[in-house]
Amino acid sequence: MKEFNIDELNRKFQEKIDNDIKIEPKDWMPDDYRQTLIRQISQHAHSEVVGMLPEGNWITRAPNLRRKAVLLAKVQDEAGHGLYLYSAVETLGADREQTIDDLHSGKAKYSSIFNYPTLTWADMGAVGWLVDGAAIMNQVPLCRCSYGPYARAMVRVCKEESFHQRQGFEIMMKLAAGTPEQKAMAQDALNRFWWPALMMFGPNDAESKHTQQSMDWKIKRHTNDELRQQMVDITVPQAEMIGLTIPDPDLKWNEETGHYEYGEIDWDEFWQVVKGNGPCNKDRIDARRKAKEDGLWVRQAANAHAEKRRARNAKKAS
Amino acid sequence: MTNNEWPLWEVFIRSKQGLSHKHVGSLRAADEKMAIENARDVYTRRSEGISIWVVASANVFASNPDEADSLYEPANSKVYRHPTFYDVPDGIEHM
Ligand SMILES: [Fe+2]
Ligand SMILES: [Fe+2]
Repeated sequence: MKEFNIDELNRKFQEKIDNDIKIEPKDWMPDDYRQTLIRQISQHAHSEVVGMLPEGNWITRAPNLRRKAVLLAKVQDEAGHGLYLYSAVETLGADREQTIDDLHSGKAKYSSIFNYPTLTWADMGAVGWLVDGAAIMNQVPLCRCSYGPYARAMVRVCKEESFHQRQGFEIMMKLAAGTPEQKAMAQDALNRFWWPALMMFGPNDAESKHTQQSMDWKIKRHTNDELRQQMVDITVPQAEMIGLTIPDPDLKWNEETGHYEYGEIDWDEFWQVVKGNGPCNKDRIDARRKAKEDGLWVRQAANAHAEKRRARNAKKAS
Repeated sequence: MTNNEWPLWEVFIRSKQGLSHKHVGSLRAADEKMAIENARDVYTRRSEGISIWVVASANVFASNPDEADSLYEPANSKVYRHPTFYDVPDGIEHM
């Protein structure tokens, strides 16, 4: 086997990245690259799983059977997304159980948006339209991420996401065209979710420590502010179309740049929620912990059953 | 592995009759039966497949990417294995 020194390995690694050659699990990679991916992919996985809670909250109270079936299918998809991503983390040598325990101990983060409560049925509309909308905007470029298993997981995820956004928009559209009370409910949901949805793209570029390195590694393809601008530009006309108002008095179209200008984001609120002081942080983590603890006997029983079957089959074969 | 964790399985799906099974990802399950059921739920929710294989990840043996050069180099030097290596004069057809 050939011996390489570390500089040579690093150079070859960056050369692959620069030539858009994917990095696969058994390839050599710098430790920082591995750690960055473990952190990012596990956070992403946690977001998918914690993200089931605010929507799961409404499954039993969906207004009719069609809406219920759709919401159930959407939430099931999110469980699948979590699973694809935990599998991708495992290819990096991370211990899956440990990454989940890190979530439960508060060491690992997940998307702050899921720390906001879903108070009305219209929130199912706002979440699908805005939250899944923002997630799509983040995830589409990740399909070209330099790490093969992450990119492949994202391709699957993106295929499934677009129905999530459409079903949310459909809920908003229906409510906005309904009675004055229904329209007010839709507007209220938009008012509460608009700014947290814009915060989903993370801090301003000037404040974002990891962006440059992640771009050099082609884990990230666009900066936070680029994606946020794209979200605003795409969403404003959609809101107008269904007769809802974006809750931003500073919002205006700039003819010269061809983009919307939008108001200042409340970053204090963002950091408060990241640090655990959002309206639902504690509920979310408590629910995850409880699910893990309550499920323990099931996992153990399944293992015991599998062990028994193995023993029985071995006996039959001998 | 602790008794609380389930082993890892690699999942292969045949998307339609006539095509081979293709690796689509992995999942955890207590045994092969549960692995197939979970694979159905996770990887075929939109009719992506008509047949599933699961293989315990521990049973997969892989080549070493560091040895790729020595493993595959001999193929690179044998260009005569490709039809484009040969000159076919103009006017010769069906070859
Ligand atoms: Fe998702
Ligand atoms: Fe989604």
